[in-house]
Amino acid sequence: MVTRVIEFKNVSLVYPNGHQGLKNINLKINDGEFVVVVGMSGAGKSTLIRSINRMVTPTEGELLIDNENILSYKEKHLRKLRTEVGMIFQNYNLVKRMSVLRNVMAGRLGHTGTLRSMLGLFPQEDLQMAMGNLNRVGIQEKAYVRADQLSGGQQQRVSIARVLTQQPKVILADEPVASLDPPTSHKVMKDLRRVSKEDNLTTLVNLHFIDMAQEYADRIIGLRDGEVVFDGPIDQVSEKTFEEIYGRPIKEDDLLGGDES
Amino acid sequence: MPNLEKNHDSAPTRYPLTPKGFKWYIGSVLLAVLGLYVLSAYQTQAFPDRVIEGLPIMFYFVVEDLWPPNWGYLPRVAMSLLETWNMALFSTTLAAVAALPLSFLAASNINKNPLFYQAIRNAFNLLRTIPEIILAVVFVALVSIGAVSGILALTVFSLGILAKLISETIEAIDPGPLEAVRASGGNVFQVITYGVMPQILPQFASYTLYVLEINVKASVVLGFVGAGGIGIILRQQLNMFNYDNVATIIFMTFLTITIIDLVSNRVRERLE
Ligand SMILES: Nc1ncnc2c1ncn2[C@@H]1O[C@H](COP(=O)(O)OP(=O)(O)OP(=O)(O)O)[C@@H](O)[C@H]1O
Ligand SMILES: [Mg+2]
Repeated sequence: MVTRVIEFKNVSLVYPNGHQGLKNINLKINDGEFVVVVGMSGAGKSTLIRSINRMVTPTEGELLIDNENILSYKEKHLRKLRTEVGMIFQNYNLVKRMSVLRNVMAGRLGHTGTLRSMLGLFPQEDLQMAMGNLNRVGIQEKAYVRADQLSGGQQQRVSIARVLTQQPKVILADEPVASLDPPTSHKVMKDLRRVSKEDNLTTLVNLHFIDMAQEYADRIIGLRDGEVVFDGPIDQVSEKTFEEIYGRPIKEDDLLGGDES
Repeated sequence: MPNLEKNHDSAPTRYPLTPKGFKWYIGSVLLAVLGLYVLSAYQTQAFPDRVIEGLPIMFYFVVEDLWPPNWGYLPRVAMSLLETWNMALFSTTLAAVAALPLSFLAASNINKNPLFYQAIRNAFNLLRTIPEIILAVVFVALVSIGAVSGILALTVFSLGILAKLISETIEAIDPGPLEAVRASGGNVFQVITYGVMPQILPQFASYTLYVLEINVKASVVLGFVGAGGIGIILRQQLNMFNYDNVATIIFMTFLTITIIDLVSNRVRERLE
């Protein structure tokens, strides 16, 4: 059986300009866990999750996925790794002029031969799966609509469907709802949590609203200045925890509000 | 800093929109440019009186020599114009097909090797410094007089323009989708087909049409050095002082270019 365990062992990252993005991180993220990473702007949240699919490369330590150190991966292995680790972005990163379905199929590229994919010759079962995933996030009827005709919340759902169609073991989401209004943010987070649990995917989400983090996380990791300053299951987390992570009292701005449950 | 409080009851301080020093600077630049104009007018002897004296000559040339056009010459003109059009069409198509892959190498967000990128850029810059007429002379020497030399010259000429326009379009696209394809394990060809191509397709088509317009005009000139098309018979008829035939050529060329520009502009507007 595949396990989707991610392990950071003494991981540090120094950017080429000398800035230390991560400082001696030690973490173990378990199979199927839904983890929310919080911290102030510049704390290193993006750096942490982007290390996992090697969009940035830590300069020290070991990063293990399924007990394999991914930091030594080159070209071919790297692409293989990235097919197994899906990513969701703040700005959706869809091609606006392309149809929703084509955007979702872009998630299959890593599994499809270069020539086949360039000619758009995807296997029918992949298309079935893409449609199925659009259905799971409730926008199947938009499959042939151009992506820029969709609302922000719908576009982020397309990108969730894209990531599912990739059939990853792990999902990374970098501030997935930061461009959405509060009610839409909650709907998208619910969808993300639901599909991630359904497929038993290990999921790491960066969020900066503490009420959102509390509502959706199984576990919270707090970062400050590139260091882990908190790591614990959701039932150990209180407002006080966030004050420790942020190093200051909690303000109105730290809360999204507008929960529609 | 002016003290606003103190000026309270006297006349308020006046603030110029442009600082004084900058006015002097602009003034002297304008004066220098004007000086250059005067110098070049002297050097080329381009004085207004010469144009005014020439006007009647031009007038008589048009009404006595050019008018009326020889409409009997029309079939010959039509054939040559068709050749001009075909030259432009072939060369633009060839250039577009060749420019596309080269443009990716000349775009810094796709070609991540700085040395290779710079080399490609410099090669294209060098290519664009060669005037199309020189290219035509070279190709006429290589493959002899005729439309083929014209097609080759125009292909090389428009390759330079297209590669520049397209590579700059590629560099300006939204990097998000490229990042998404890379992050899901796509290779560089998949980044191009699923991240770049859909974003640049309208501009690519539009620039290609624009270059087609340029090529139709350029191929008129190229005929003068023997590279095929309408230019060949224009020069021939001018040399033989057959001004009624020349008039037919000029009129028909004007008409053709206008129609092509008109259609192409319409299509390009819809592409934006
Ligand atoms: N490519 C880079 N080169 C140099 N420094 C960088 C680079 N990327 C990020 N940094 C720095 O590393 C630190 C952590 O950045 P990171 O993007 O991980 O923060 P973050 O917690 O995601 O912040 P935000 O909430 O604003 O997205 C910041 O101080 C940032 O300026
Ligand atoms: Mg970030």
